[in-house]
Amino acid sequence: MNVVMNRKLLALIGPVVVLVMFGGTVRMVSWLMSQEYRDAYRAPVATVDPTPRAEGLAAEKAEADSKAEATPYTEAEYRAFPVVGSRVAIWVVAQLHLLFAAFVLAVPIFAIIIEAIGYKTGDPRYDRLAHEFSKLLSVSFSLTATFGACLTFLLIILYPKFTNYLMSVFSPTFLPYVLLFFAEAFFLYTYYYGWGKFHPLVHLGLGLGLNVVGTAIMMIANSWTTFMMSPNGISSQGSLISLSDAIYNYTWMPINVHRFIANIAFGGSVAAAYAAFKFLQATTDEERAHYDWMGYIGNFVAISAFLPLPFAGYWLAKEIYAYSQTLGLTMMGGAFSWLFIIQAVLIGNLFLAANYYLWLGMGRVEGAQPFQRFVKYLLAAIVLCFIVWATPRSIIATVSEVRAMGGGAHPILGFLGVMSAKNTAVNILILTTFMSFLLYQRTGKIATVAWAKTGQIVQLAIFAAAAIIVIFLGIYGYFVEASVRIGLSVPQVGSVLVAMVAITIIDTFLFRAPKKTGEVRWGKMPAVSQYVLIFIAITFTWLMGLMGYVRSGLRQHWHVYGVIRDNSPDAFTPTLGFATQIVSVTVLVFFLLIGFVFWIASLHDRPDFARRTDVPSHTPLLGPDVHEAARTS
Amino acid sequence: MNILVVLAVAAVFGVLRFRRASLLVWAGAWWVGLYLLLRFGFTVPIPSSVVTIYMGIVTLAIAAYVSSSDERRGEIAGPLVRFMTDKRYTASLGAAVIAIPALAAANVYVQMNVPLEPPLFSRTVHPASPAEITVGEKKVDLNAGENPFRHLETSNPDEFRGHVEKGRQVYYRNCVFCHGDNLAGNGMFVHGLDPIPTNFADPGTIAMLQETFLFWRIAKGGPGLPEEGGPWATAMPAWEKFLTEEEIWDVILFLYEFTGQRPRATEEVAEP
Repeated sequence: MNVVMNRKLLALIGPVVVLVMFGGTVRMVSWLMSQEYRDAYRAPVATVDPTPRAEGLAAEKAEADSKAEATPYTEAEYRAFPVVGSRVAIWVVAQLHLLFAAFVLAVPIFAIIIEAIGYKTGDPRYDRLAHEFSKLLSVSFSLTATFGACLTFLLIILYPKFTNYLMSVFSPTFLPYVLLFFAEAFFLYTYYYGWGKFHPLVHLGLGLGLNVVGTAIMMIANSWTTFMMSPNGISSQGSLISLSDAIYNYTWMPINVHRFIANIAFGGSVAAAYAAFKFLQATTDEERAHYDWMGYIGNFVAISAFLPLPFAGYWLAKEIYAYSQTLGLTMMGGAFSWLFIIQAVLIGNLFLAANYYLWLGMGRVEGAQPFQRFVKYLLAAIVLCFIVWATPRSIIATVSEVRAMGGGAHPILGFLGVMSAKNTAVNILILTTFMSFLLYQRTGKIATVAWAKTGQIVQLAIFAAAAIIVIFLGIYGYFVEASVRIGLSVPQVGSVLVAMVAITIIDTFLFRAPKKTGEVRWGKMPAVSQYVLIFIAITFTWLMGLMGYVRSGLRQHWHVYGVIRDNSPDAFTPTLGFATQIVSVTVLVFFLLIGFVFWIASLHDRPDFARRTDVPSHTPLLGPDVHEAARTS
Repeated sequence: MNILVVLAVAAVFGVLRFRRASLLVWAGAWWVGLYLLLRFGFTVPIPSSVVTIYMGIVTLAIAAYVSSSDERRGEIAGPLVRFMTDKRYTASLGAAVIAIPALAAANVYVQMNVPLEPPLFSRTVHPASPAEITVGEKKVDLNAGENPFRHLETSNPDEFRGHVEKGRQVYYRNCVFCHGDNLAGNGMFVHGLDPIPTNFADPGTIAMLQETFLFWRIAKGGPGLPEEGGPWATAMPAWEKFLTEEEIWDVILFLYEFTGQRPRATEEVAEP
């Protein structure tokens, strides 16, 4: 009743308020007009108004007109974006475009893998999971395209000359890019809306098409950005000599590989965060079980892709160094080197969080106690590696501390600041995380094969051998020159990968028909585990923004490194603090938008809107026929 | 390492292990023990910025460990809840309520009560070099260039040794006063310099760089540093005004020979 009364009151008061506001505005404007300068009244004379003000205004106008008439058309080199400036505007929009694009490229990769597992095993849970992941796609795709269009317009408006140059070099790639975009839209929508409507193999084929086209789009766009960093196929004046060389420049393939893997890790983590969000909202055990499982799979995808990522990054950094010593030094020893310490802290946190989630996950399984005692040792290894990785070479220290150390580097910790130590630390971190996963997988199972004990000893021996090789090569790296040391990372990585593959193969046979000591109770996870998933997603996103800035910022005052100079007012390297603030704001905006995507995706599961029938019949706000229609529908 | 501190901390950890202390005591003892080890366990103290990073990691790790299973969460929460709800502990609880802000205040006092020091001016390790510099009238390509005498090391070792010897003379006539007679950055002028000169014996300095980078640093000195490297934040003169180009390349050969280090080789890039 009160609601109805209030509405009537509003209906009455509304027009009155509008009238009062209108009257007030008219009064205010009249008063302002009356304050304008006016000449004192004089008797009219036969000549034109001779006051200096009127003459001055007329002269100004005439001058402006003649100036405009005389000015020839010139092409603008730069235009300014209001308030934040052009660089920040481009930076934020490009980063948002990239984050959504990464997500849109990643989800189909693991959706198709999960769908294929479902098809192979016949387990409908996988099909449902893949479908649920792909629900996030269509809105994200629209947002990617919107941000892409925004970025293009901003580039044309704010950096017209540079954009024109880039177009002159890469114009033959634009048409295929647009056509591929259409193909992407075709595959994406038929893949999503065709779920369950086609034969599973046809549907998987659509998913494959989506992935192939998506990757091709990414590779074309990568050629433009990598060309800016390591230009190739052009003369020293910038004119195009070979388009294929311009595309296949020094950093193109490392970026393609790095982004492809990173996209999967990022997409998996965001999908896991979605599951965590749904888990925390869930009201039934069944929902909790489903979203716990979904979060686990998303996180599994993210961490599996995350493990080889440091190696891809290392390759990229090596190519940057090889392309130009100056770029390499700016990155690792110069202005950007402190960002790598922030990166180490973030990645260390990611490893810690990933392991923590697995340890918490052991609680899902009955009979997890035997493995819990290993957690302490795994944690010790992670902490040691994390500490090594986060140790800066050039330490922030007071003058007295520097004097006590005898230089900018600590006599003991200084050894941890160089590449040999970092490579060793990251390899051991990966091995440890793999070990945590292995223990999680074994929770609640006992191997029953006759050679179980021997198998486990062999697994342990392989693990120990890999760790010894990694540590030995890490120490050996201190005694050889830089080019040899860089080469040592290959056997280090190789031994870790071989160990992981070999141990997994043995494990598969070892636990072929295990004796189960307890069931997996999906959904029996503490809430903190779900916040860990959200933390992992945010950290991944932040890391992408940060390292994206490093890659792009390395060029410093060049649009195209060494060829097209940046002459705009923004041609300086911002402080690290400012850069991290921009990255943080971008991440925040991305998560607000991804929250919108989650919300849109969750609408799908909501019950259809039903007209409220509890509204009294004597207040026909919608009219009696509408109520009738709602009741009968 | 400060052996006494290390042994004392290890002994406490050992006692905790064998006495099977409660998880809460164990976690607290490890946190304090590791802090003491990092703060006092090293003969050359670790700068506080690094101790803060390390303790942040340790704190996260201990928090992750004590909350990683139902049993551990129970072990940690049980005594805390008892402490806060059991009447027996009212006096101790009161003391804790007073002690926590008092500790925070004491920390603020200690942090603020520091001796006066010149403000910190942190420098990047290796400032980025330009792609090309001009010394005298000659342009030197820092990316693709190389020491013109390096090839003599294999093709004509006698001549190479001659250049190293010339470099040694250049070093001991000009550089020794700051960089020291064993090249460890501890010359007689060091006490008056901030930041102190580079220690060439450290494997993290010249071994990380190509010879052209050293050529740039020696030729252009402090005034030639880019903005991010803090120009003028070093007393290194621009030696191009005092040495010939050949003398600079010679002294570079000497720096590597004396310290037994090798310059960073130009990496071979697969043609794209």
